[in-house]
Amino acid sequence: MKRYSVFAVAKNAMNYHQGWERAWRNPEPKAEYDVVIVGAGGHGLATAYYLAKNHGVTNVAVLEKGWLGGGNTGRNTTIIRSNYLQDESAALYELSRGLFEELSQKLNFNIMFSPRGVLMLAQTEHEKRAWMRTHHATRINGIHTEWVDVARVKQLCPIINDSPEARYPILGALWQPRGGTARHDAVAWGFARAADDMGVDVIQNCAVEGVDVENGKVTGVRTSRGAIKCGKLGVVVAGHTSMLTDMAGFRMPIESVALQALVSEPIKPCLDIVVMANTVHGYMSQSDKGELVIGGGADGFNNYTQRGSFHHVEETVTALVETFPIISRLRMLRQWGGVADMTGDRSPIIGKTPVENMFVNCGWGTGGFKATPGSGHCFAATIARGEPDEIAAPFAMDRFKEGRMIDESVAAAVAH
Amino acid sequence: MLLLTCPYCGVTAEETEFHPGGQAHIERKAGTEHSDAEFEEYLFLRNNPKGVHLERWRHQYGCGKWFNVARDTRTLEVYGSYEIEAKEPPQEIKDRIAQRLAETGLPEKTVN
Ligand SMILES: Cc1cc2nc3c(=O)[nH]c(=O)nc-3n(C[C@H](O)[C@H](O)[C@H](O)COP(=O)(O)OP(=O)(O)OC[C@H]3O[C@@H](n4cnc5c(N)ncnc54)[C@H](O)[C@@H]3O)c2cc1C
Ligand SMILES: [Zn+2]
Repeated sequence: MKRYSVFAVAKNAMNYHQGWERAWRNPEPKAEYDVVIVGAGGHGLATAYYLAKNHGVTNVAVLEKGWLGGGNTGRNTTIIRSNYLQDESAALYELSRGLFEELSQKLNFNIMFSPRGVLMLAQTEHEKRAWMRTHHATRINGIHTEWVDVARVKQLCPIINDSPEARYPILGALWQPRGGTARHDAVAWGFARAADDMGVDVIQNCAVEGVDVENGKVTGVRTSRGAIKCGKLGVVVAGHTSMLTDMAGFRMPIESVALQALVSEPIKPCLDIVVMANTVHGYMSQSDKGELVIGGGADGFNNYTQRGSFHHVEETVTALVETFPIISRLRMLRQWGGVADMTGDRSPIIGKTPVENMFVNCGWGTGGFKATPGSGHCFAATIARGEPDEIAAPFAMDRFKEGRMIDESVAAAVAH
Repeated sequence: MLLLTCPYCGVTAEETEFHPGGQAHIERKAGTEHSDAEFEEYLFLRNNPKGVHLERWRHQYGCGKWFNVARDTRTLEVYGSYEIEAKEPPQEIKDRIAQRLAETGLPEKTVN
């Protein structure tokens, strides 16, 4: 792999940028791998990267039915934060947020991590207490957050409606200064390029259609490009998890629903932080291109179509117009949806399955982009050792049977 | 936007008048005689198919009753609604599903 640098840019400028090599190969699948990862979203690619980087496991394939990063990784609104209520979540998301800080350097790929700060508004007395509780919990967990008053909210975000007459007046906010955003595609591309460089085969247009299990142990997968044997199998397919586990003969505590997002026409810089208004179900940030990036709550019913119902868009926009009156006359340019994998406690599932040597990493639902490097980090360790590491252990799927929920659904009405 | 029909009051309305309630026909296994695994199955494990899905809806802003719907999670096509007491869709809805699957060439559920 030729390193990207200012010198490389200068050198390639000499021959009109004709000399850049492919960022990753386009290999044919081999007959057998030590580890097969299904799903080349950010989490699958990060898993492959850390398998190679931290555990020296390089005979790895990442199989993707479409193009890499074309799932939820390329569809999310890129909010990164780690101010989660429960200790287990705080550890996982803070590991991930920390990894984001130096990811561009580590991957030699600019993932445009922008720790611009995430502001979570409190708009009811109940929400205020909940965020204060979260603030104290994160402090105990060594994560820097602040409880800020309305005056500070207005200072951080001048376009916000701070009127006490608003239907849901702002009573304060939970502020995580080192939260922010990153370029979602770049995260997938950066991990793919770095993993490929260490020998990982990233194989696109290769759909897994069957899982071979012998005596309770996984032996390989059947794909649209032939059978591939594997020592270990990691399933990282977000909304499609139930289908993969169906192939292996067991069920998951997951339902797949549509989550939508939209962007406005580009305007001059007016918002340099991320603002989340969970009571009214809407959140917003501004992209480098000037578009306002907008999201809200998930649709309510099972749905694999990557498109949702219009009334959810309407509700989100209504809420945000109340919160940011200046956006009322903006036109919306694009709208899309992803298939979010929702678990019963709104926390992910990472770890072993009833099938030996088959592992799952899923259930990130509406909020897993922020966890991409951390998830890959602990899932790679879990696959390499065959046992979950310290961070992953609480997220095992048997927590549903044992009643050990990691309840984040009450901690964040809109989970991003 | 889905159009659903309440089998009780006969009203056909947009999905905003209804509230989704997830997978239908789940057997309640929550008694003292049931194991942890059965309890887990009842509370959390779901079929979540990419295809024909039998699910519950409530006529929230109407008569308030719960009922069942057969719907396709790939196409959002609604095959029909039926009463909450039923253990499975009535023959008429089963026939419609079979007919539509034959017309579209789709399997009952898609593997990926
Ligand atoms: C609209 C929207 C907004 C969001 N906003 C945020 C946010 O602001 N912050 C945040 O942290 N998170 C957010 N999320 C959630 C986040 O996008 C996801 O949790 C995360 O990207 C999941 O990554 P992944 O790699 O697990 O899944 P994906 O990126 O979906 O990757 C899974 C891959 O598996 C492939 N696959 C599926 N089945 C098969 C098969 N049979 N064979 C081969 N390949 C297969 C798919 O094609 C896909 O590429 C949002 C999600 C959506 C939809
Ligand atoms: Zn009714």
